[in-house]
Amino acid sequence: MPERSDALSTALALVAGADPALWSIVGLSLAVSLSAVALAALFGLPVGAALALFRFPGRGALVTLFNGMMGLPPVVVGLVVYLLLSRAGPLGDLGILFTPSAMVVAQTILIFPIVAALARQTVEDAWLEYEEQMRSLGATPRRSIPTLLWDTRFSLATAVLAGLGRASAEVGAVMIVGGNIEGLTRMMTTAISLETSKGDLPLALGLGIVLIALIVLINALAQAMKALAQARYG
Amino acid sequence: MSAVHARQSPLPLVLDRVSLAAGGVAILSDISLTLEAGPRTVILGPNGAGKSVLLRLCHGLLRPSSGAIEWRARRNGRRPDAMVFQRPIMLRRSVRKNVEYGLKLAGAGAAERRATAMQRLEAVGLAHLAGRPARRLSGGEQQRVALARAWALDPEVLFLDEPTANLDPTATRMVEAIMLAMHTGGTKIVMTTHDLGQARRLADEIVFLHRGRIVEHAPAAAFFAAPKSPEAAAFIRGELPV
Repeated sequence: MPERSDALSTALALVAGADPALWSIVGLSLAVSLSAVALAALFGLPVGAALALFRFPGRGALVTLFNGMMGLPPVVVGLVVYLLLSRAGPLGDLGILFTPSAMVVAQTILIFPIVAALARQTVEDAWLEYEEQMRSLGATPRRSIPTLLWDTRFSLATAVLAGLGRASAEVGAVMIVGGNIEGLTRMMTTAISLETSKGDLPLALGLGIVLIALIVLINALAQAMKALAQARYG
Repeated sequence: MSAVHARQSPLPLVLDRVSLAAGGVAILSDISLTLEAGPRTVILGPNGAGKSVLLRLCHGLLRPSSGAIEWRARRNGRRPDAMVFQRPIMLRRSVRKNVEYGLKLAGAGAAERRATAMQRLEAVGLAHLAGRPARRLSGGEQQRVALARAWALDPEVLFLDEPTANLDPTATRMVEAIMLAMHTGGTKIVMTTHDLGQARRLADEIVFLHRGRIVEHAPAAAFFAAPKSPEAAAFIRGELPV
C-alpha cells in the first residue's frame, strides 16, 4: 500500500507546511460554520427557553417538531434553501445563491432546531428546580428567560457546540447552496468529497485531519470550560 | 394621613374556607385562618399534614380549589410577603447578586441594590462572602443568603417552609437568630416545622395541622400546656401519628 502511505505523508506535509489552498478552505469553513452557529444561538436559545417556560396551545407539537428537526437531512435543507434563493425563488432577488451567505443561511436552518431543542430541555429541567423560587422573588416566566439562560450557560454552551459540530461536519447543504466553487465556496467537507472523487487523496486526507482535529479541539474546550465553570460556580 | 396610609399593614391575611385538592385527593380541607400582624406563627404538624402546601397558598404559589385568600391591603405594586424555602435555590452568580436579584426585579437602581444587599448580608453575617459564587457555599450559609435575599425585599410577612430541616444545630441557631431579628424589625413570621423544640423556641402562636385540617389554633403557651385535641396531645407527647 505505498500509495496510501504516500498520501498520508503528503497530507501531513500539507498540514504542517501551511499550504495556502488548504488553509483558505479551513478559514472559510470556520467562518461559515461559526456565523451559522452564532445566528442559530442568537435565535435558538431564547426560542428554546420560551418554549420551556410558556404554556400555550400547540406547545407540545412545537416541542416534538423541534426535536424531530434536530435530525434534518442536510441535503434536504440545502434543496429547500436552494429553491428559496434560486433566481426564480421568492428570495432570488437577494442574489446570494452560491455565496458564503447562502451557506450560512442553510447551516443556520440546519442547526437552529438543535440549539433550540437542547436549550428547551436544559431550561425546562432548570425551571423545575427554580420555578417556585423565581415566582416568589417576583419573576414572571418572561422575566425568567434571561435569568435561566444565564444560569444554565455552561450546559447551553454544550448545546451550541453540538450545533457547531453538526455544522462543521455536514456536506450536503453547503454543497447544494454553495456549489463548491474553488476559492469562493469550497469548504472542508465539500473539498474532501471532491478531491476524493478526483483521486487527490493527499489534500482530502489533509483536510480530513484538520477537520477531525478541530472537532476534537472544540469538544475538549467545551469540556474544559464546563469543568472549570463547575469548580468555580457550582 | 398619606404617611399613615403608606404604613398601613397588609395584614391580617384571611383564609376563608380554603380547600385544595389534587387529582381527587384532598390535601387541605376547609381551612379558615386569620394571620394577624405581630405574633410569630408556627404551623406545626407531622409530615404530610399539608403545612408546606398551606404556606404556598398563603404566598400565592398555589391557588386554592375553593375558598378565598385575602390580604387586608396590597402594597403599591409590590407583594407584601417573601418566602424562604426548605432548600434554597441559589442562582449561579455571586452571593451579593443573589441578594440583589429580587430588588432588580422590583426595579431598584444599581447603587440602591448594592447598598441594601450588603446591609442585609452584614445582618446575616455573610458580608465577607459577598463576592463568592453562591452555589459554593455550605447549606447553612446558603439558607442565610436566602434569608438576606428575602429580607432585602423588606417584606411585611416572611413565610418560612421548614427552613432548618436540612441544617445542623449551629446553622439552625443562626437561621433562628436571623428570623428573630427580622421579627424585631417588624416582619411578621409565619413558619412551618415538624420540630417540637423549634416550635417551643420560636412560636407565639401555634396552628396545628393534621391531615389537611386545622385541628388547633392557640397561643403557644396554652397549646403546649394543655392541647385541646387528641391529635395535638399525641404529637406533643412524641407519638408517631397513626
